[in-house]
Amino acid sequence: MATSDVKLLGAWPSPFALRVHIALNIKSIDYECLEENLLAKSQLLLQSNPVHKKVPVLIHHDKPICESLAIVQYIDEAWSSAPSILPSDPYDRAVARFWAAYIDDKWFPWLNGVANAQGAEAKKAALDQVREGLVVLEEAFGKCSKGKDFFSGDRIGYVDIALGCFLGWVYVAEKRNDVKLLVEDKMPGLAAWANKFCEDGTVKDVMPDKDELLEFANMILEARAKLNASSNN
Amino acid sequence: MAEEVKLFGMWASPFSRRIEVALKLKGIQYEYIEEDLSNKSPSLLKYNPVHKKIPVLLHKGKPVAESLVILEYIDETWKHNPILPADPYERAMARFWAKFLDEKLWPAAKKVALSKGEEHNGLIEEIQEHLKTLESELKEKKFFGGESLGFVDIAADIIFWLLVVQETLGLDILTEDKFPGLHEWYHRLLDDAVFKECVSMERLLASFKVRFGALTASK
Repeated sequence: MATSDVKLLGAWPSPFALRVHIALNIKSIDYECLEENLLAKSQLLLQSNPVHKKVPVLIHHDKPICESLAIVQYIDEAWSSAPSILPSDPYDRAVARFWAAYIDDKWFPWLNGVANAQGAEAKKAALDQVREGLVVLEEAFGKCSKGKDFFSGDRIGYVDIALGCFLGWVYVAEKRNDVKLLVEDKMPGLAAWANKFCEDGTVKDVMPDKDELLEFANMILEARAKLNASSNN
Repeated sequence: MAEEVKLFGMWASPFSRRIEVALKLKGIQYEYIEEDLSNKSPSLLKYNPVHKKIPVLLHKGKPVAESLVILEYIDETWKHNPILPADPYERAMARFWAKFLDEKLWPAAKKVALSKGEEHNGLIEEIQEHLKTLESELKEKKFFGGESLGFVDIAADIIFWLLVVQETLGLDILTEDKFPGLHEWYHRLLDDAVFKECVSMERLLASFKVRFGALTASK
């Protein structure tokens, strides 16, 4: 298929855009990547995602698809040949969708909440909550992987993508708060999984460099802190 | 077989009602277990240990939780009378709109209900923005799903809860003049044989009036 048939509107720090990169790589799809400046969004982005005005947006045959997990499922269905991203059995698919929903609706807001927490006590509570979520996900990993490398088994699949896209941001939260979130003795399965995920051929060339992400996060959060300080005066 | 499918639900939850609509649309026999949310059954806690919430579908002893996940499971397991379209692009659109309803409209509607109608000005505008978006998505179609009731229509049952809140609190949010398309759409759903069986506006109104009546009386 011609490269211009598939376009991804993304932004390099976005974990949600990363999900789509990985899915496209799993299917070996050629695509054009359009980097968005989230402070100056392009007309194409605003037209393609008028409801949310957010990345990622996949544009296939000029039709836009929005919401990262809807896009990942679309990729799995529109390019239906192997390898599959979701399993074939309806029950296994339901389990995968359940965990992806847990990650998006519960765990990611907790991770996001760390940056917003004000004061040492609130920060500690926020970090504890992220860790508790990871303990739940460790158990899920044990059940889903059945001893293999990934949630999906031998290869990266839906839940791996849904969670793995945040590993860079987990690193950022760990470094900024001088803590460990992915604690090896508490979450041995996830710790091993994280390394394998980052090294995977479909991931390693599209995952942003962790230290660049840290630098980016520091810049954004310091700018925000300055803004809050000046508006409080 | 009826014993193969069980639904743990709560009659006043739109998330629970979604599942009943789907099961009835497909003519699937099921056993319904009404949960008392102030005293959850050991079975519910066993089958949904992560969230401890309804609805939970139990099929051949295996639990499925999260209403939109359950809807997709039902559609993939019982393939007749499909809820989701066949085309991948249309499916992606359906999933997008269901997510929009749950992430944008529902939280705002809940806030209005909890605010008991006070401090609601910003919220009403917010909800109406979301309704405008939905109105333009609906356009000239009979249902969000096109000619027949589909995934998004089922997910949009939360609009009925908004209507109940609006009537109970005496607010003008979803009105016929502002949202003619949605107005026609929900009347069409209220006429639908399956939907009528699952969502009783009268019962919801009566229950909400008691809840909110008690609150407004104490002012």
